[in-house]
Amino acid sequence: MKFRALALAAAVSAVGLTSATVSTAAFAQAKEQFFPVLVYRTGAYAANGNPWANGYVDYLKLVNARGGVNGVKLSFEECEFGYATDRGVECYERLKGKGATVFQPLSTGVTFALTDKAPVDKIPLVTAGYGRSESQDGSVFNWNFPLLGTYWVGADVAIQHIAKQAGGLDKLKGKKIALVYHDSPFGKEPIPLLQERAKLHGFELMLLPVAHPGVEQKATWLQIRQARPDNVLLWGWGVMNSTALKEAQATGFAREKMLGIWWAGAEPDVKDVGAGAKGYAALTLQHSAEPNSKVVKDMLEMVHAKGQGTGPKDEVGSVLYMRGLISSMVAVEGVRKAQERYGKGKVMTGEQVRWGLENMNLDQKTLDGMGFAGVMRPVQTSCLDHMGSSWVRIQTWDGTKWVPGTDWYQADEKLLRGMVLNASRKYAEEKKITPRTPEQCKQ
Amino acid sequence: MGFFIETLIGGLMAGMLYSLVALGFVLIFKSSGVFNFAQGAMVLFAALAMARFSEWANAALGGNSLFLANLIAFVGAGATMWLVAWVVERFVLRKLVNQEGATLLMVTLGITYVLEGVGQTIFGSEIYNIDVGMPKEPVMMFENLFEGGILINKEDFIAALIAALLVGLLTLFFQKTPVGRALRAVADDHQAALSIGIPLNRIWVIVWLVAGVVALVAGIIWGSKLGVQFSLATVALRALPVVILGGLTSVPGAIVGGLIIGVGEKLSEVYIGPMVGGGIEIWFAYVLALVVLLFRPQGLFGEKIINRV
Repeated sequence: MKFRALALAAAVSAVGLTSATVSTAAFAQAKEQFFPVLVYRTGAYAANGNPWANGYVDYLKLVNARGGVNGVKLSFEECEFGYATDRGVECYERLKGKGATVFQPLSTGVTFALTDKAPVDKIPLVTAGYGRSESQDGSVFNWNFPLLGTYWVGADVAIQHIAKQAGGLDKLKGKKIALVYHDSPFGKEPIPLLQERAKLHGFELMLLPVAHPGVEQKATWLQIRQARPDNVLLWGWGVMNSTALKEAQATGFAREKMLGIWWAGAEPDVKDVGAGAKGYAALTLQHSAEPNSKVVKDMLEMVHAKGQGTGPKDEVGSVLYMRGLISSMVAVEGVRKAQERYGKGKVMTGEQVRWGLENMNLDQKTLDGMGFAGVMRPVQTSCLDHMGSSWVRIQTWDGTKWVPGTDWYQADEKLLRGMVLNASRKYAEEKKITPRTPEQCKQ
Repeated sequence: MGFFIETLIGGLMAGMLYSLVALGFVLIFKSSGVFNFAQGAMVLFAALAMARFSEWANAALGGNSLFLANLIAFVGAGATMWLVAWVVERFVLRKLVNQEGATLLMVTLGITYVLEGVGQTIFGSEIYNIDVGMPKEPVMMFENLFEGGILINKEDFIAALIAALLVGLLTLFFQKTPVGRALRAVADDHQAALSIGIPLNRIWVIVWLVAGVVALVAGIIWGSKLGVQFSLATVALRALPVVILGGLTSVPGAIVGGLIIGVGEKLSEVYIGPMVGGGIEIWFAYVLALVVLLFRPQGLFGEKIINRV
């Protein structure tokens, strides 16, 4: 009797665990370029993970609908990891054996865990808008590609924007800026740059960590109410963002003085707060919500109209959908670039895709031709710069929708370069990596 | 001083909400000896049902009456929780009468995953809104006494009142009604309760239903505050130190424990947090509970277990 009872209990637990870890298998055939897709469609961050994953997968379908990459069709398989680092690594291990040639972990924690594995497996990691900031230095981080922007870029632009509002960088002296951050590698990433800027301009930096998933912030906002900072930088993800905005409302902190990173500037972050978030601004990773762009129109016509859309139609063009779509696009363009060197119409290996990503040159004409006019600016990578672009805009929530600003910012190249080189050289020393020379880069 | 009072009040109001979730644990443990790890998942499931039923009812009514839509949704979500209670009793617990506590705990762990998965499959995994008209703007009080005044969050205040009312009703239910007495009898000894004619199966459905209704109220309150999404399931983790501290078998323990934990974690975060880098309130609540256990292993109000050899 006791054995039966234990068996029943174990079975019920097993059913639950299986349902939580099962991954969505899609198509993967020979002679196709295979794209593994790490997703979190369940769990605490599902509301943000879903649109990103839908955009990512939809773009692969759109490329196929347009004829593939020089005739090579794209295949993919999703693996659900629930934003848990251990499960993300598990997904990587499982999918790398299926012919993966580029990974996008969609988690700074997983990126940290995979950075040592990628060179061994010879699979590039694309981390568009997240990951290790120092991995911009491709001479040390051969396999990491933080394309379009790192958190140091985000932090730098945030300070520039606050300074612009205050009347100049010199006006920051004596001001107090609070960083409310997700207590994880993601949330901690901007701190070194902000500390550097605080030293340079004489403002006080107040650090306020929020434990995962971020649903309890009362004490944090009571501290903000007491300290009365001039500005609050919000470095959150998922429910932490909407909770922060609600607590700001509940403690009477002006939303106009809050500025979020690009992961705190999507519809799920503010939709639930509505008018309560009016005036809140967030950085963009170039794009905002882009429902009127050509690529979105193509997507609706060539994928969704044919019943092949991954998610709901009204989500197409939303902020995180576009983030997933653009992340997918840069990976595909890495493959296309690799084909230019290693043979058009052929399936590329991880090493070849790495070369493609490192020599990417998406000029405005090319981007416009692909349907990204008004959505993003050129991206050009090199051996020393695996980021390729550091353009940022500011968007503001008007109570019902995100309104993108017209000004474009760029991170301070001089400041950023120094910090990146310092950190990457330190990493190289720790890991006993010899940075590539300019000659080696050309090979 | 004003800031200290403000933090204290904030802690008390948060603590009242923790008590509400902790009550779900206590109710089921008290009447069936099962430590229901699925209470957090029940909060999520109930809140998802309420949010989506309200949305669908509102659309069906042409957006003309949010109150009526919420009422329909509340009844629908209540019925859903009754169905959950019946399924749990019929297909899971019925075969496990008088089994080891560890076995039953494992079962509730399984139920947690099933409820989370099924809930998101049926109702979706986006962020949904529960609009029950809770005020969002704060009020300032005692501005003459303290610089900057004392800030009171109206939404938290109303939520704490609702939680207090529900706690009062449940205490009466347990102490003064025949069903409540039957529940306590079952908790003491399943076999003995059966032998005097208490229908164990029905009692278990009732107790899981009551815990389901508690989860529904907690889900509405938390869902209104945070939006209905997966993280509501983690609210249960906030209530675990409460039941450790207050004792698993005591309704007053859940209340006092909730208040102590609520106040303790807010004060610790505000006054100790900055010295150690912040972000301590979640684990500090467990430290507080464990310190109490050092001196009172059964919790503040739990029953002392004495086994004679």
